[in-house]
Amino acid sequence: MDFSVDERGYYGKFGGAYIPEMLYPNVEELRQKYLDIIYEPSFQEELDELLRDYVGRPTPLYYAKRLSEKFNAKIYLKREDLAHTGAHKINNTVGQILLAKRLGKKRIIAETGAGQHGVATATVCALAGLECIVYMGQIDTERQKPNVARMKLLGAKVVPVTSGSQTLKDATNEAIRDWISNPEDTHYIIGSVVGPHPYPDMVARFQAVISAEVRQQLLYKEGTEFPNYVVACVGGGSNAAGAFYHYLNEPAVNLVAVEAAGHGVNSGLSAATSVLGSLGIIHGSKTLLMQTEDGQIVEPHSISAGLDYPGIGPMHAHLYDSGRAKFYAITDEEAMQGVVLCSRMEGIIPAIESAHAIAALHYMQLKSDDVVVLNLSGRGDKDLQTIINYLDEHDGQ
Amino acid sequence: MTDNKIAQLFKKQPGRSLNVYFTAGFPELESTTTILQTLQDAGADLVEIGMPYSDPLADGPTIQQSNTVALNNGMSIKKLFEQLNNVRDTVTLPIILMGYLNPVLQFGFENFCREAARVGVDGLIIPDMPLVEYEEEYQAIFEKYNLSAIFLITPQTSEDRIRRIDALTNAFIYMVSTASTTGNTVAGTDSQIEYFKRIQQMNLKNPKLIGFGISDKKSFDLACRYAEGAIIGSAFIKVIQQPTGLQENIRDFIYLIKSGEEIFS
Repeated sequence: MDFSVDERGYYGKFGGAYIPEMLYPNVEELRQKYLDIIYEPSFQEELDELLRDYVGRPTPLYYAKRLSEKFNAKIYLKREDLAHTGAHKINNTVGQILLAKRLGKKRIIAETGAGQHGVATATVCALAGLECIVYMGQIDTERQKPNVARMKLLGAKVVPVTSGSQTLKDATNEAIRDWISNPEDTHYIIGSVVGPHPYPDMVARFQAVISAEVRQQLLYKEGTEFPNYVVACVGGGSNAAGAFYHYLNEPAVNLVAVEAAGHGVNSGLSAATSVLGSLGIIHGSKTLLMQTEDGQIVEPHSISAGLDYPGIGPMHAHLYDSGRAKFYAITDEEAMQGVVLCSRMEGIIPAIESAHAIAALHYMQLKSDDVVVLNLSGRGDKDLQTIINYLDEHDGQ
Repeated sequence: MTDNKIAQLFKKQPGRSLNVYFTAGFPELESTTTILQTLQDAGADLVEIGMPYSDPLADGPTIQQSNTVALNNGMSIKKLFEQLNNVRDTVTLPIILMGYLNPVLQFGFENFCREAARVGVDGLIIPDMPLVEYEEEYQAIFEKYNLSAIFLITPQTSEDRIRRIDALTNAFIYMVSTASTTGNTVAGTDSQIEYFKRIQQMNLKNPKLIGFGISDKKSFDLACRYAEGAIIGSAFIKVIQQPTGLQENIRDFIYLIKSGEEIFS
């Protein structure tokens, strides 16, 4: 089975471009041009230089000695938390800003949940000298205040979204509405592998730098490009898409996607789309999403704003549906224990999103010679207040 | 496909058709048929019943809010079909259902079309249904149930695509007046007039109705100069959300929009 996207933007039965006519010209322009532009030698040269000198790539592949001992396997952390702005999100925004400039766009819009994508977008807009508007759910602006401050400092306008659940889904709706109203001069930098084709494929290609580096780094460290497992958390799924990309068609490499179970998969407060979702359409893509019998989208819940999304990207829906990837669902509680574990055993404070992936190690049947690459997608500084509140409630333990 | 009520309307009345949008189940769960009947009595020419959706991304705040209220009232596609069961006993207006693709898919696309035809619906507007998917998957089902598919065009839609849309429909072309979501105002700017004229000069086989930003007699009259009529949505939602006098408010609103008909006919 081929796990790449087809010409019309489908991964198996998932994908496509289910958009109102108002967005058609924009999306069609992108679809026609994105591959030609991003594979132009001058584009690649500019992108490579920025990734190296501005983002700080390659990010290290770190052998986590103490975690390895604890889980009795060889555990490597791909340190996307060390990328500029503190998460993997910058890989995609650097790529898309170069694309937007080549398309002649003057104005950039974005949606953000945890704020990592918003910060990454505000950053590249400052770099490129382009106007930047970031839509963020009102609730997320409150739980991710430091990132709101960062975006403003970087010159972006942050628009709090008060419709619907006031989180990532609604921020995405508002960004889409902005794009509908500004079809000619505006580029929408989507932050995950979601949305109408070509976004899932385009974002995956920009994030694929992660697995490209892992292959080289692992060859040097382990004498093989192929780990036994690649583990990554999935909200929309961009860091997982990047970590999986060059292993999609390598069946010997087990792909592990970790979703947010919130208070528990069946608690009614969850974001575990692969378990709770069914085939439907969200934000322009046919994929798995959490919905009622009547096809109304259900509000998700996760302690991590970045995983608080009722759908998953179509590539991940296909990986789930075909059995190519194994999905785990990790509760808020387990994720917070993952934060503490990684902090105290490795001296690395992970984003709560990434801590979901760490917590999944408890559930994997690992052997001592298994090589596990875990994508540490972001750093936990932005989550410090949530982490402090959690520790206070648990007597500082 | 035989002529349905939409085609008949435009044959009988080739201009100044007023299409009114309202959200099913808003302001009250059971207000759908009352509004429908009152619109017919007041002189509307077509109606477009919105099927509420949690994430109506092509709509502005007024319609989104009406969708939220309707869903909280307990509205669903199943409930709407129940409400429309006997509608054809009294309502002769062409009826169009408008809604996003996901709830329709969950209902089952063919089931949905069968039910729509059974209660007497004439056409469907599903703004996020891609043209290519329509041609490959859905067109045969639309035709089987004698339902018209109605597509949107915008100022950015290419001439080729407009021609393709014109060939694919047998109802009318929904001309989005400007680049925006619903609920803004048609300003009648030079570029807008240029767009209206450009489409008018294409001599499309289907009539055109202008929508998005039509809110009063002035904008309705402007639209009717360049198209066979217009669609009013958000402005009408504001009328029916008034706490009292639903039927009287509807009658007054339609009268105000359509009065002075002689001037332009």
